[in-house]
Amino acid sequence: MKRMGMIFRAKANKALDRAEDPRETLDYSYQKQLELLQKVRRGVADVATSRKRLELQLNQLQSQSSKLEDQGRKALALGREDLAREALSRRSALQQQVTDLETQHSTLQGEEEKLTLAAQRLQAKVDAFRTKKETIKATYTAAQAQTRIGEAFSGISEEMGDVGLAIQRAEDKTAQLQARAGAIDELLASGALDDQSGMHKDDIQAELDRLSGGTDVELELQRMKAELAGGSSASQQAIEGGTGQSQSQQQPQDTPRFDKQ
Amino acid sequence: MIVRIMGEGQVRLADSHLADLNKLDDELLAEMENGDGPGFRRTLHALLAKVRELGEPLPDDSLEPSELILPSPDATLQEVRDLLSDDGLIPG
Repeated sequence: MKRMGMIFRAKANKALDRAEDPRETLDYSYQKQLELLQKVRRGVADVATSRKRLELQLNQLQSQSSKLEDQGRKALALGREDLAREALSRRSALQQQVTDLETQHSTLQGEEEKLTLAAQRLQAKVDAFRTKKETIKATYTAAQAQTRIGEAFSGISEEMGDVGLAIQRAEDKTAQLQARAGAIDELLASGALDDQSGMHKDDIQAELDRLSGGTDVELELQRMKAELAGGSSASQQAIEGGTGQSQSQQQPQDTPRFDKQ
Repeated sequence: MIVRIMGEGQVRLADSHLADLNKLDDELLAEMENGDGPGFRRTLHALLAKVRELGEPLPDDSLEPSELILPSPDATLQEVRDLLSDDGLIPG
């Protein structure tokens, strides 16, 4: 345990040794602190952006998943168990991705909370440092300064080291997630996963449309056959006369379904 | 004694707890050297839990340096090794 404590302090002292006038070091360090504070705040914003993007993707994946479930049900209703199986197996692959994204989401949320707290702590310490810095400068005596500056320094530089690491970790995690999020966006755009706009049709949907389209065609054929059987003279008349009236007169007997449309 | 848990902040601990913590710290060091990942994680969590339990959080605006610095709970073996190496992960 002792060894870890020494890393930070060694570095703080090194920074102090380099400066000829310790007062300059105070101002320089304060600038660095403000920069770091900016960086943490940006870090919080970046993580929040990634989190929101993940939420968007989760929504898309979930709606795709429920769509596949509907497709499975419809395929089964149409007697196509093979198609239903395909839809459901895609859904389970998707569910795996959803679970994965949910884990990442909670990781990012944790990261966001940690960074937010880190920003608060650093802000409080930077404020305290500024006060101390001004006091030291106002009552400066060379003999005293070294020790007092050293004390203020090691406290804040330790915090800065810690916060710097926290940001670095958050950035790494965000970068990893962004690469994966990009891959999912590509997948969504390629139509492999259907997007919510309904612009792309996946192959299952195409097959279902074809099947139910086929059903409509069958019904239409039946209707026409019934129409023809109903009386060739009447349909002849309808074609020649072309009046809507003669058609509608005929329908109620032969094709009640047509009437509803 | 002031202890920092990285990513969490600082707490003040009575020196009398040091013996207890040192035992866990020895375990941790051994697990790190043996590359025992699961053991390392378990011991690290136990150590941090103890520090949080026994320690009194320092106010945010405190500028006191820590005597001990402990890795964050999710730190990997490699990260801790890097921390202990000469260069360290600490910027500046």
